[in-house]
Amino acid sequence: MIVENLRSLGHRIVNTVWRIGYASRFFMLILLYSGTSFRRFHLIIKEIFASGVMSLIIILVAGLFVGMVLGLQGYETLKRYGSESALGSLVALSLVRELGPVLAALLFASRAGSAMTAEIGLMKATEQISAMALMAINPMARLVAPRFWAGVISVPLLTALFSVMGVFGGYMVGVVLIGVDQGSFWSQMQAGVDFRYDIVNGMIKSFVFGVAVTVIALFEGYDAPPTAEGVSGATTRTVVQSSLAILFLDFILTAFMFQGE
Amino acid sequence: MSSQALVEIRDVHFGYDSRLILKGANLTFPKGKVIAVMGGSGSGKTTLLQLIAGALKPSSGYVKVDGQVIHKLDHKDLFRMRRRMGMLFQFGALFTDMSVYDNVAFQMREHTDLPEEMIRDLVLMKLHAVGLRGTHHLMPAELSGGMARRVALARTVALDPTLIMYDEPFTGLDPISLSVVANLIRRLNDALGATSVVVTHDVQESLKIVDYIYFIADGVVAAEGTPDEIRASDMPFVHQFMHGEIDGPVPFHYPSGDYGQDLNLRPDR
Repeated sequence: MIVENLRSLGHRIVNTVWRIGYASRFFMLILLYSGTSFRRFHLIIKEIFASGVMSLIIILVAGLFVGMVLGLQGYETLKRYGSESALGSLVALSLVRELGPVLAALLFASRAGSAMTAEIGLMKATEQISAMALMAINPMARLVAPRFWAGVISVPLLTALFSVMGVFGGYMVGVVLIGVDQGSFWSQMQAGVDFRYDIVNGMIKSFVFGVAVTVIALFEGYDAPPTAEGVSGATTRTVVQSSLAILFLDFILTAFMFQGE
Repeated sequence: MSSQALVEIRDVHFGYDSRLILKGANLTFPKGKVIAVMGGSGSGKTTLLQLIAGALKPSSGYVKVDGQVIHKLDHKDLFRMRRRMGMLFQFGALFTDMSVYDNVAFQMREHTDLPEEMIRDLVLMKLHAVGLRGTHHLMPAELSGGMARRVALARTVALDPTLIMYDEPFTGLDPISLSVVANLIRRLNDALGATSVVVTHDVQESLKIVDYIYFIADGVVAAEGTPDEIRASDMPFVHQFMHGEIDGPVPFHYPSGDYGQDLNLRPDR
């Protein structure tokens, strides 16, 4: 019994290490075969439409609501200390540093990442990928790399839009509904948010999340067993693994970026 | 089988993990001919096509296409060789996110610098050859199984390959579509001056269109010959296969232990 458990544990560890290695190799191959994607940029644009543009609605609506909640909660807390005027800065900093990159990437993973996995997985199951390889067309260059770059380009742009909508939501609730002074809302925001320290760091985060989510989504699709259960399992794994990866990477990046200057 | 060979398969062994599929297969596909490779499910027919296309490597022996050993080619040369091959997959494997037109145009756009007007003419000619010029604006999901197979056939021959491989092209087709596809295989082969390999277990339809037949069983070529020789054959295996008999050299039962023991029957009862 113990031997069996140990064996199964060992098997799982070996399997996990193997998959990490395989995924890293997959990532390297994407980079290696990215040349075609940039020479034929319309391939990337088509994928940006499928994953980025089609995610716009959920990102914009979610951003608006998150901003509105921040406005309400922030006002409640700041009022206790008599510093309601700092609401603009609180809303903007929370969004630009944390909530924008993290929530936009999480939404992208569940909206576009899962779709990428299912699409690539089904293409594999229906032999479309084998057919392409047998036509002497490298599927990594033609299918995978354009989707990767589309994800990497889309996530930071979606993050920026998420934050913009969030700030607008915070403004609607804080200034229009509750009546915080408009001048102090915007001026505090302008004074409190530093371009390099807050905005650029936030964008770096979203770029890293974009890479992580898209690589996980594409790898899971490409590696999915060519069956109905295989593809559904891979889609689930994409959402679970990329969500965990986003939150873990967020902690690491935050620890390096924001050390309380 | 006197003309020059396009594909030579010599003493090929291949297995997945410990399960050996091919155990010394020898086959020759001469130029210009249509050859059928038959055998039961799981006998290694599709594996053979993948070995020819260089998607798998034999554990011993070799596969030569046009004089070159496929598994010794580097990535670039293999892809160059594959441009001269066409493969029709069992269910067509059309790209579901592209229209019929774009599916047929796909290889032309990827591999050539032809202007779009010329690609348009070529695509319509290929679709016309399979009788489906009128479907160019449809998506694969809007086609019936037989139509999808014919579009896939047009895509397979888009760049006029010298070797065309068909993986179970008749599976799941109604009798009319089946005859249409079978006739197209013959006609396209002769029109293009290509060599075709048809992996199938549809005996009656294949005998009408092919020049030579190989039967694969137990990892080796169990029988071979022209359609007339096969029809006249008195080999038990060929007989069983031709007439779809349940038992014979190919057993009904997968190898298993003693039946009584599996049901826990004791001899004294």
